[in-house]
Amino acid sequence: MLAVRDVTVAFDGHRVLDHVSLTAEAGEVVALLGPSGSGKSTLLRVIAGLIDPDAGTVSIDGQDVTHLPTHRRGVGLVFQDEQLFPHRDVGANIAFGLRMQGVDRATQTARVDELLALVGLPGFARRAVTELSGGESKRVALARSLAPRPRVLLLDEPLTGLDRELHDRLAGELADILRASGTTAVLVTHDREEAAAVADRVVTLDGADSVVVELTAAETHDLRRAVLRTGTPSDEVVLPGDDDPATVHLGLRDDRGRVVATSTWRPRPAPHEVGGGGAAAVQLRMMATDPALQGTGLGGRLVEAGVAWAFSRGADVVWANARDTAVDFYRRHGFDVVGASFVTESTGLPHHLVVRHRPR
Amino acid sequence: MTRSTGHGARNALPARLLGALAIGPAVFLGVFYLWPFVTLLARAAGVDDGALGVLGRAATWRVVWFTTWQAVLSTVLTIVIGLAPAYVLARFRFRGRRLLGGLLTSAFVLPTVVMGAAMLALFPPSLERGVLAILAAHVTFNLAVVVRTVGAVWRHLPEDMEAAAATLGAAPGRVAREITLPLLWPAVLAAASIVFGFTFTSYGVVRVLGGVARSTVEVEIWRRATQLGDIGGAAVLAIGQLLVIGAVVAWSTAQQRRHTRALDLRARTRRRRPRAGRERLFVAATAAVTAAVVVAPLVALVERSLRTRTGHSLEAWRTLGRPELRRGIRVGVDPLAALGHSATTAAVATILAVGLGALAALAIAAAGRHGRWLDVGLMLPLATSAVTIGFGMLITFDQGPFDWRASWWLVPVGHALVAVPFVVRSVLPVLRGVDPGRLAAAATLGAAPARAWWEVVVAHLWRPLLPAAGVAAAISLGEFGATSFLSRRGGETVPIAIERLLGRTGAVLQAQAYALAAILAAATIAVVILLEPPEERVDALTRAGTDARRS
Repeated sequence: MLAVRDVTVAFDGHRVLDHVSLTAEAGEVVALLGPSGSGKSTLLRVIAGLIDPDAGTVSIDGQDVTHLPTHRRGVGLVFQDEQLFPHRDVGANIAFGLRMQGVDRATQTARVDELLALVGLPGFARRAVTELSGGESKRVALARSLAPRPRVLLLDEPLTGLDRELHDRLAGELADILRASGTTAVLVTHDREEAAAVADRVVTLDGADSVVVELTAAETHDLRRAVLRTGTPSDEVVLPGDDDPATVHLGLRDDRGRVVATSTWRPRPAPHEVGGGGAAAVQLRMMATDPALQGTGLGGRLVEAGVAWAFSRGADVVWANARDTAVDFYRRHGFDVVGASFVTESTGLPHHLVVRHRPR
Repeated sequence: MTRSTGHGARNALPARLLGALAIGPAVFLGVFYLWPFVTLLARAAGVDDGALGVLGRAATWRVVWFTTWQAVLSTVLTIVIGLAPAYVLARFRFRGRRLLGGLLTSAFVLPTVVMGAAMLALFPPSLERGVLAILAAHVTFNLAVVVRTVGAVWRHLPEDMEAAAATLGAAPGRVAREITLPLLWPAVLAAASIVFGFTFTSYGVVRVLGGVARSTVEVEIWRRATQLGDIGGAAVLAIGQLLVIGAVVAWSTAQQRRHTRALDLRARTRRRRPRAGRERLFVAATAAVTAAVVVAPLVALVERSLRTRTGHSLEAWRTLGRPELRRGIRVGVDPLAALGHSATTAAVATILAVGLGALAALAIAAAGRHGRWLDVGLMLPLATSAVTIGFGMLITFDQGPFDWRASWWLVPVGHALVAVPFVVRSVLPVLRGVDPGRLAAAATLGAAPARAWWEVVVAHLWRPLLPAAGVAAAISLGEFGATSFLSRRGGETVPIAIERLLGRTGAVLQAQAYALAAILAAATIAVVILLEPPEERVDALTRAGTDARRS
């Protein structure tokens, strides 16, 4: 299982990744979708340990690998331009990772043959990599990365640069191969169809094309329900006061108009710990994000939009009951934690009261 | 070109024109290279105790042994030390990157005698004449070879290929051993064979720094020919050395061919800024150390030119024009006159080399396949050490009716012989790059073959000639090998004067030698840089260096 948390990467002062999180369950194939420049490849390189994140962590199977060098992470990476070693033949390329593990020769040979069969190139072991066609090179690159049985396989636009027909055929084969080998994988692509064909789940890394809009209570409930169904812990679907005319539901729609994130803002006095007695207060009730887009910064955009909305309508304080695991998220958005941890009745989970005051 | 591209024999240049172009360079090559070379062969064959007898002497073997091990050690050191700056310059973007490249190539074009003088100035008296100083000079000279040859391939080696090995579980050392080095190997071999060629035939550096005890084969050829009068022995050594260098070049070419990998040479890794703190530190340290290695000898040179027994003064610079040490006492070397001789010699040699080189390039380009003979012939002086060239000319033109030894022009002719291949090499690619379709177009517009050639091809001759002239001038200014045989008393060039002055005692004379060396260093670097369009400067420096080194 792969877990990327709050990863931030900046090059020359420009943030390529801004608090990005991503998870992939064991055996799950996740596609990372997004236009070029959205930081997809950078995220893969952070996972592989080729780029050190400025903040955030990467863990694999529960082990924090953020500070582990690449060669000890057990992460395979299929490069867009394959990066086959030109001074070694096909077999030696595929056996490279096995050799690094100190696997004996006979086992190497057997595994190479097995993988060549898996990628549909039996008998190619003694070929020079410089004589391979584009499609063959891609297959060899995939076989080479799979050979040492990586804990996570990363694929960086592995099918880019092929003609349409070959691309579609290989996409199908790739999906089959990943299933057959039971590999946890993250596939970076800019091609929605490819993502849908290969992956179990699609994550869009760039929320920039979605816009903050006011939603109906029903729309908000629909997404909450969807989130609940896919197993993301959530309290309940319908909260008291959702239909109150003073309550506002802010959400994000993607470029097809689908609701991908919701948040609910209800004018409501703050608990007495907040102080300031009669100050006008708004409660942030509940946030839900499409599972495919979780960790892509949508929640942050909604919080900022909602806080701005509340302050613009005269609120002095925005507050929320934040689940313990979300406290850091709120801190990053200017909230302070007030008082001790408490357990809410509806969830039975520990929460903190978090507050953001209107700037003077 | 017309014939080889085959748009009809009728459209070919008239044979007479081709002949007229080729005759000058061919005669020059025949008289001043081939004839002396044949003489040399004859003298080597005519040795009393036979060529094997010369090679069998213990004294010969001592020289050969020293020549070999210092060359091997110099080569290994240069490669090992040069890999870090090669990597840093190829992979990273940082402030002063171009300056560092320029410094390295500047060191590369320094005349050998100047580099020798700089090391004398840099090292403490206990070490100044010895193996350490020789090795230091060789390494400083040749760092540019490694940086450019290996660096060029390193730029084409994608960082992602190393990343791929890392994701497959290879630790950094393993990545270097399994991926980086094997892919760089042909370039390392190429650099090593160039450096070995330079250091095996090292002459000026060893003359200055070797003292009496240390002789390379080159120095031994000079010693036997001019000091001991053992012409036959010297001839045997010259031929033997030529065979060794030929063998090394052949071996390394074969090796490079065997190990060459299909790296995608179109893809260049973009230079990036160093990222992590450790990487930044490594880049900064490498750049600083490399710059220090190159700059320190030059600074020492200037400092020593200002040093007197009691402190520092401009005395040596002021007295450059005074040939008399004290009234009535002459040292036999006139520094100011030497500067004049060098300027005249360089001017004549440059005109000769550029003229002959241009004619030869035109002839070779126009003659197509048949031009190959002239092409190969004109490259021969490049493969022959400058000492061998000078020596051959000395023993050929020392008797009537061709006793030209007293002629002032023999020195610039020798220089031109060394410089012509470089002129040809810089002009020929430009001429060959002219699209033959344009000749056809000119013909259809009514231009006769000779006219079409003049309008279309010759028009491209001028641009590469200017940098070629700079290279030729730099070669002539620093030439020491051939000159040490051909120089007349009273006609000394600056490198000869420097070597003489360094051999004298007396603080002022020493300081004068360093002052002359500083002037020569500045002149050589300036002449190459000034005559070169900016983007091609570094390339020109390297080309020039390959050449200047031979003196």
